[in-house]
Amino acid sequence: MKKIISSPAAPLPVPLRMRRLRERAGDRLFRLFVMGFGGSVIVLAGAIFWQLIKTSHLAWQKFGLPFIWTSVWDPVNDVYGALPFIYGTVVSSAIALAIAVPLGLGSALFLAEMAPKRLSSALTFLIELLAAIPSVILGLMGIFILVPAVKAAEPFLIKTLGFLPFFRGTPYGVGMLTAGLILSIMILPYITTISRDVILSVPRSLKEGALALGATHWETVRLVILPFSRSAIFGAIFLALGRALGETMAVTMVIGNTPKISLSLLDPAYTMSAVLANEFAEATSDLHVHSLISIALILFCMTIVVNGLARLLIYQVNLKGAKQ
Amino acid sequence: MSAGFRRRQRINTFMFFLTGVFTFIALSTLFFILGYIAYHGISSLSWDFVTKLPKPVGETGGGIANAIVGSLKIVGLASLIGIPVGVLGAVYLAEFGGNRIGFLIRYAADVINGVPSIVIGIFAYALVVLPMKQFSALSGGVALSIIMIPLVIRTTEEFLRLVPGSIREAALALGLPQWKVILRVVLPTAARGILTGAILSVSRIAGETAPLLFTAFGNRYWDDGLLHPIAALPLTIFTYAISPYDDWHKQAWAAALILILIVLIGNILARLLMKQPSPQSH
Repeated sequence: MKKIISSPAAPLPVPLRMRRLRERAGDRLFRLFVMGFGGSVIVLAGAIFWQLIKTSHLAWQKFGLPFIWTSVWDPVNDVYGALPFIYGTVVSSAIALAIAVPLGLGSALFLAEMAPKRLSSALTFLIELLAAIPSVILGLMGIFILVPAVKAAEPFLIKTLGFLPFFRGTPYGVGMLTAGLILSIMILPYITTISRDVILSVPRSLKEGALALGATHWETVRLVILPFSRSAIFGAIFLALGRALGETMAVTMVIGNTPKISLSLLDPAYTMSAVLANEFAEATSDLHVHSLISIALILFCMTIVVNGLARLLIYQVNLKGAKQ
Repeated sequence: MSAGFRRRQRINTFMFFLTGVFTFIALSTLFFILGYIAYHGISSLSWDFVTKLPKPVGETGGGIANAIVGSLKIVGLASLIGIPVGVLGAVYLAEFGGNRIGFLIRYAADVINGVPSIVIGIFAYALVVLPMKQFSALSGGVALSIIMIPLVIRTTEEFLRLVPGSIREAALALGLPQWKVILRVVLPTAARGILTGAILSVSRIAGETAPLLFTAFGNRYWDDGLLHPIAALPLTIFTYAISPYDDWHKQAWAAALILILIVLIGNILARLLMKQPSPQSH
């Protein structure tokens, strides 16, 4: 018995060897089994991409690449171009970022640097809850609260900021600005919670070094913490941008759904996801369906690029933090 | 004290005061939303509302019982697909996934996680609705399960990795084959974390609307089975919110209250589960 244990080269007794072989086969089978489930995700991602390409080719054949920068959307005459939707998606997301980035970053600094630990974790949970509110409920709030509020504020905006091309036109209430506002509520939690984690992971020694040199707490934030975590915070912002680009329900309910490009943020607009939500079930001509799915394909590619960048930026900082 | 120093101190105080204000704004948004929905929802909530069918268009009253049951069906179906696939996929990632295939699976999960839910709705439409020529609960469940799988995979993998290697080694040293170690030792140890991830992903998909627009589609009547258009809570909120009827608006608030309670309970439950000290820790 002792001999068998001490020298692995010695042959095992036959029944034991059989058992080990059986177990190794069991392990291999199990590994293949779970690999099948994991691999299904790769198949799924590929299938989504392939499906989008397969069911959009008519539009690409008919219009070619100019589909992306054509601003006509006319289901009656079967002529389609994606520009108004791309414009609406990009501008509404930009408004959302302009509001949510300062708010989110500020909250993250407060939660990470100012609030006592227990309070900070409780408040962070509450901010995470904000992310859990379904988008259709925010849309409902948007229709009945935000739209009337924006409509009431618009005459004032036109009067005071009307010299800018962004604040002209008729106060409808629905439009780009309202959509941007509601999107900012949806992405704020992402920016806050990820930035908080990033700020918390800044090595203590660096913060203490700055404080010991006589920097105030805010100067430490500005000169040490923010530069150190800059790229991960950009990652958080890109992740939030990815969310904003694809957000559908709340935006559809407040943006006014008009496929026109207007500089004014007060005018109704349209986004890529909103046109899919509104027209896909009712599209009758093949070309209309294929044009809509082309828009879905463009949206899909945009989110992949933005999310990929986000992950790259966050990943880099994790490496940097690990090295310190 | 020099004037410069006092100025720097003032900036310090001011900036942190500002961050506090920002946090307050973010939190008050949450409380405003919750409070407003509770206030408007409760006044329209009644026993009839949760047990009756919708009345014909134009008549007031009626309930959303079919939407509640429909949501349960769709989300249940999605969980039946999404949770096993996600957990087993995560077992591969945590136990064998240090290789190229593991990297690819993680990447694909991230890609799907980032895909807008409306695009997943279109995919499920092409996958299930077109071949069956019928909107159905099944297609809605498939759409939501696709959203669910990457969520479950990532949380489960994290919790499986938290299981200490020493426990695995102890079981292996007792002569158990690896697959038994994983099924009997690793998974039970991580059970609480896996459950938390499952609850969070369920409460996430319960509120998804966009992927149901052209899969579950909505229905104003009862539907038994899985192969017909079916009502769902988020779809009902959407339809009622954009309708021109005051009574429907009121019902939308009540339905929103029910939906948000489901989501909140799920999130709080998940948090409580994670807070309790696990029995393995001592």
